[in-house]
Amino acid sequence: MSTKIVIAGGFGAGKTTLVGSVSEIPPVTTEAVMTEASVKHDDTSSTPEKVTTTVAMDFGRLTLDRELIMYMFGTPGQARFWFMWDDLVRGAVGAVVVVDTRRLADCFDAVDYFERNQNIPYVIALNKFDGEIGYTIEEIREAVEVGPEVPILEFDARDRASSGNVLKTLLSYTLSRPAQPEPVG
Amino acid sequence: MRSHRRRRGTRIRPYTFTGGRTRSRHPLMVQTLVSTADPANEPPANLMPESQRIYVLCAEARSVAEVAAELKIPLGVTQVLLSDLADQGLVYIHPTITGHSPSENQVLERALRGLERLFQ
Ligand SMILES: Nc1nc2c(ncn2[C@@H]2O[C@H](COP(=O)(O)OP(=O)(O)OP(=O)(O)O)[C@@H](O)[C@H]2O)c(=O)[nH]1
Ligand SMILES: [Mg+2]
Repeated sequence: MSTKIVIAGGFGAGKTTLVGSVSEIPPVTTEAVMTEASVKHDDTSSTPEKVTTTVAMDFGRLTLDRELIMYMFGTPGQARFWFMWDDLVRGAVGAVVVVDTRRLADCFDAVDYFERNQNIPYVIALNKFDGEIGYTIEEIREAVEVGPEVPILEFDARDRASSGNVLKTLLSYTLSRPAQPEPVG
Repeated sequence: MRSHRRRRGTRIRPYTFTGGRTRSRHPLMVQTLVSTADPANEPPANLMPESQRIYVLCAEARSVAEVAAELKIPLGVTQVLLSDLADQGLVYIHPTITGHSPSENQVLERALRGLERLFQ
């Protein structure tokens, strides 16, 4: 059997680096052809126009025991692909929002998304990028406006143990919460 | 620190991977493992070439995303083809642990123990 966690966050925050640090296979980048129905504003007809977009998403894999594989899926960093997150996120046991604190606002789309989807537990992982975070955890918590229950931790996306610790923190957090029923519809 | 997350309204998400095709009876997510039900047999000759390739590849279990990546078939197409193969009983869809049911907690605990073994 298998399970999945999602690695989200802003453009260039270190999502693929995190997946590559922990995965037993090199991160696989695959193209997903997405069809988005959009309605033109100046169009009074109700026929939606289909727009096809190709987005790259990457994933890695961890064999956790003889019968259990966990996949890690990186969401596309570009915010305009938020519409594809539902399919990537569906059925995930948890998510990591990777943050580059020098560009904190880049993570807001991802945080917004998981704040609205309360059935997916998520943690916020601050990628150190060689330097210091520059803020306290509580300053970050206030700036991204998340509750005290959401774990926030620093890590180094290039470091296997440090990235693995983020995954352990996420799984512990998932287990600490009562199971959330799948949303209807 | 000046930037604060803006609160936004819920947005509409008007699209699906498979371009509107109704969701399969089988929960086929990107992470779901699939395997050929009877790998010793040749793929049925009436299958489309793409489905034959999936049939052969899945002699060993792999995820939907891996099938799509290895065969270079778009994810949405892969999902539709796999769902048709499963409907014909040619492909087996393995359970996917989503954490939405308390009965899955034991598996999540196994997952955590596995992570602890790997990342001490
Ligand atoms: N110095 C340093 N560089 C890093 C670190 N983490 C990531 N990088 C680099 O930052 C760049 C972006 O990292 P990625 O892992 O590709 O980021 P991403 O979030 O996957 O980016 P997109 O998928 O394009 O949104 C790459 O060139 C990485 O090598 C880090 O901790 N320190
Ligand atoms: Mg990336």
